[in-house]
Amino acid sequence: MKAFAYARPGSIAEALELAGDGDDTQTAYLAGGTNLVDHLRLGIARPDTLIDLSRLDFGGVEETADGGLRIGANVRNADLAADPALRRRFPFVSEALLAGASGQLRSMASTGGNLLQRTRCVYFQDRSTPCNKREPGSGCSALDGYGTYNALIGASEHCVAVHPSDLCVPLAALDAIVHVTGPGGERAIPFDQFHRLPGDAPERDTTLEASEIITAVEILALPWASRSRYRKVRDRASYAFALVSVAAAVDVADGVVTDVRLALGGVSHKPHRARAAEDALRGQPATPAAFEAAIDAELEAARPGKDNAFKVGQLRRTTVAVLTELTQTEGDRP
Amino acid sequence: MTATRDAQGRSSESPVLPLHAAPDPQRSAGPREPSVGTDRRRVDAPLKVTGTAPYAYEHPTTNPCHVWPVLSTIARGTIIGVDASRAAAVPGVIRVLTHADAPRLRVKADAGLWILQGPEVHHRGQIIGGVIADTPEAAREAAELLVFTYDEAPSKVELDPDGPDVTTAKVVLMRPGSETKGDPEQGWGEGVHRVDATYEHTAQYHAQMEPHAVIATWHEVSPLDVRATRLTLQDSNQGPLPHRLLLAPLLGLLPHQLDVSSPYVGGAFGGKAFPHPHLVLASLAAKIVSPRPVKLALTRQQMFSVVGHRAASSQHVRLAADAEGRLTMVEHVSTQAASRVKNSVDHSCMSTRMMYATPNRHTEHRVLELDVPPSTWMRAPGDFTGMFALETALDELAHTAGIDPVDLRVRNEPDVDPENGKPWSTRALVACLQRGAERFGWDERQAPGQRRDGEWQIGLGMASAVFPNMHMVTFAAKILFTGGRYVVQLQASDIGTGAHTVLAQIAADALGVDPDLVVTDIGRTGTPMAMVAGGSSGTYEWGNSVVAACEAFRRKHGLHPAEGASATGRSGPPKGSNKYSRNAFGAHFAEVAVSSVTDEVRVRRLLGVYAAGTIINPRTARSQVMGGMIMALSGALLEESYRDPRFGHIANGDLASYHVAAHADVPPIDVEFLPEHDPWFGAKGSKGIGEIGMVGTPAALGNAVFNATGKRLRSLPFTPSALAEA
Repeated sequence: MKAFAYARPGSIAEALELAGDGDDTQTAYLAGGTNLVDHLRLGIARPDTLIDLSRLDFGGVEETADGGLRIGANVRNADLAADPALRRRFPFVSEALLAGASGQLRSMASTGGNLLQRTRCVYFQDRSTPCNKREPGSGCSALDGYGTYNALIGASEHCVAVHPSDLCVPLAALDAIVHVTGPGGERAIPFDQFHRLPGDAPERDTTLEASEIITAVEILALPWASRSRYRKVRDRASYAFALVSVAAAVDVADGVVTDVRLALGGVSHKPHRARAAEDALRGQPATPAAFEAAIDAELEAARPGKDNAFKVGQLRRTTVAVLTELTQTEGDRP
Repeated sequence: MTATRDAQGRSSESPVLPLHAAPDPQRSAGPREPSVGTDRRRVDAPLKVTGTAPYAYEHPTTNPCHVWPVLSTIARGTIIGVDASRAAAVPGVIRVLTHADAPRLRVKADAGLWILQGPEVHHRGQIIGGVIADTPEAAREAAELLVFTYDEAPSKVELDPDGPDVTTAKVVLMRPGSETKGDPEQGWGEGVHRVDATYEHTAQYHAQMEPHAVIATWHEVSPLDVRATRLTLQDSNQGPLPHRLLLAPLLGLLPHQLDVSSPYVGGAFGGKAFPHPHLVLASLAAKIVSPRPVKLALTRQQMFSVVGHRAASSQHVRLAADAEGRLTMVEHVSTQAASRVKNSVDHSCMSTRMMYATPNRHTEHRVLELDVPPSTWMRAPGDFTGMFALETALDELAHTAGIDPVDLRVRNEPDVDPENGKPWSTRALVACLQRGAERFGWDERQAPGQRRDGEWQIGLGMASAVFPNMHMVTFAAKILFTGGRYVVQLQASDIGTGAHTVLAQIAADALGVDPDLVVTDIGRTGTPMAMVAGGSSGTYEWGNSVVAACEAFRRKHGLHPAEGASATGRSGPPKGSNKYSRNAFGAHFAEVAVSSVTDEVRVRRLLGVYAAGTIINPRTARSQVMGGMIMALSGALLEESYRDPRFGHIANGDLASYHVAAHADVPPIDVEFLPEHDPWFGAKGSKGIGEIGMVGTPAALGNAVFNATGKRLRSLPFTPSALAEA
């Protein structure tokens, strides 16, 4: 692995100064390191300088006045998953965190870093094979290769990688806001605009500008998300990336879906907010048939390859099961 | 422990007692209950759970350097250029090694170890270079910067069982690779019920908790006396014998010039039975930087091409039976991928020859040589694969014939070994099947697709298990009395099985002392030669030698030996044992749940019932067969490799993408050993238990999936993707 300098700035300003123009061949920010350190070893990340942000105080988990939450970027995944307010208001965020990685990794991984996880596409992680994300213009090996974990939705001819995060799936459903600070000051990025589709620039995972630092993730109030569910499907019962996953919250009144949030994981270059399904379901009866029609509307956009076609049915059935479970329990309430 | 060494680098004869030896001199010799057959805690457990047992990479060394292997990135071709300029310029780099300048090897004792001797590339992931540096980081970075250019040749890496280049193996496990009894086609014609199916799996990979690692030190005493040269390997292996047989001549050394120590091993499973090419690289590097020690630890990714694997295979089985379910014909043809470098064939059809009675049988081992790395032993090689096929086919036959799967097996129980007509030394398969059925609640089994628990479809399945005797040669052991303790010395190895613990029990009974007065000095050269920990034979095979040595010791020194007294005993298989067919038997029962929503398969419970002779230590034995069942569960449900034909590599070659079972995958596991004593394996009446847990378990799980869903899965692993497409 390439030798690098290590810097531990005492403030955001100092970190930004160290990062300079933010060329990521020269500097990389380090938080939990659970993804970056692997990449240093594998030669995927080859920075000259690591700028360690892990000791900067970005705040903990704070309840906002309107009933939302503000989560400091350095809050560890394990701490966030255990946060009582999060578990009460947005249980599927906690479920998603606990469905990811292992206890050891969750104790290291940060909230901000979780958003910046890079794809687990096996060709991206192997420097001996072409990959447009790792080496723009070299080609996509996954298109005609090992395709079980390829994207179903929103892929391009240049990249079929999926975003691996569990946490980001419910955050997409919740329209979370990513707060960042960069050389140009602070800004807030709506979650849907934070990650991007590969298009012809798959080397860019997000819309972060050079040197920008994630300082917090904010979840806006959504009272009915206190009834929400994250379900992850995988070969191995734990410690595996999702084949597919479903994050859902439903608001039902008199048997009719008044509002719904639905996001899918393991299907796209970004956590996939299922807006077509949401639109199709709003105002419909809370029945399995309506759920199925809704997810089918979403899955019209699916473009399966040779190895991942089974996921279309898997997503349909899992989504229907999750929505049914959420609404049935609602109906059972006195 | 490592043999001590004098200034000339000579290994001393005095033992270095294992760290875990905790003698209690207050305990006296005298009349006592036998230790064999009773629970005894692992003597090395405290060291292991506290992280203080030294594994290969952890031995203290002074001023070591590090070598990083460079692996080929094509599957076949010739190296036509090497640019080492950037690699050599990395600070801390001592030497870049390639075929152009590596020291020459001498005797090609093993083609898989013949590295860095020429520009030819035989498979993807071949060691084609190495970088020696002061730190592992510098070595790795330089390895990344070492540029090879190739003249690439067309390669073939995929198993096509019907392809034109498939050949029949002449000899497998010292028996004919192909054999026919009776008239199989006539038997097929006589069948009222028939099965004709093909069972497959991709290559499976070793994932020992301790990756392969070594510290190599080359002691060149004098250029005038090459015979005084010694090479020390602090390694992780299953015993030093293959190292001395294969590595020493390769490196131009006599066997005794190679010292090997491997006191603690973090899992081996056959993957550490033979030396792999990284040991050659480390040894060559050690020769270059002598006398500095050289450290090498493989990454998980490198293990997918350097240390062998279970070869991909396709098993074609045809079964025919009369109206009562008696087999009129059995045919089993195994076609296995092999490496052009070194062709090793798993004995996948051997169990089929002896499991069930039939007048007509054909079994055949076929191989297809490919541009892939050599395969090696992987726990229950052959039996794992072949019994998945045979025992699944029997379940299919039972379903077709409307006969209970347990009953079908009982109806085909043979009186003598169908392959060779020999009587059984002991065979309690039927007892295992019936006891298992009773203990598991087999009578609760319903027709396929009938039981549900919410979205989960529930099913039960079973399969037979077998593992043969592998004891062939006579070896020795030595007992040394020192410091009030009896030291058992032989080149055995505790690969996590409990050998330290049970060999002490065996010796204690033979000597008539408390087991705490016995310590084991194994896992190194400098002690009597013994077979590797392999073929599930260690405990009975080593145990025989140990008993012989203990008896020799008492004959020679009586009950009150002097300090330093010693005696050596030799033993092989019991005289006359060749007249018997000798095998351990068992039965596996499984309950699975398959989600009708996600197609996920989760195992709810597993049972193994075994007739495996005397159980030396029920505690470690139970742990060992449970480990076998868990490893088989992992192989059956999760382990799928994808070899990319464009690049020749395992694309999902790391443990994030190649899944091995996690704790959450493992259900409650129940184990029962039936009382049995078999005098034809060895002195204690025991049989082998290291691998039998692997055998048949995948079929039991697949048969349970069929019972749950009505879907027959004929390829491992049983993933949601496989279920969805079935």
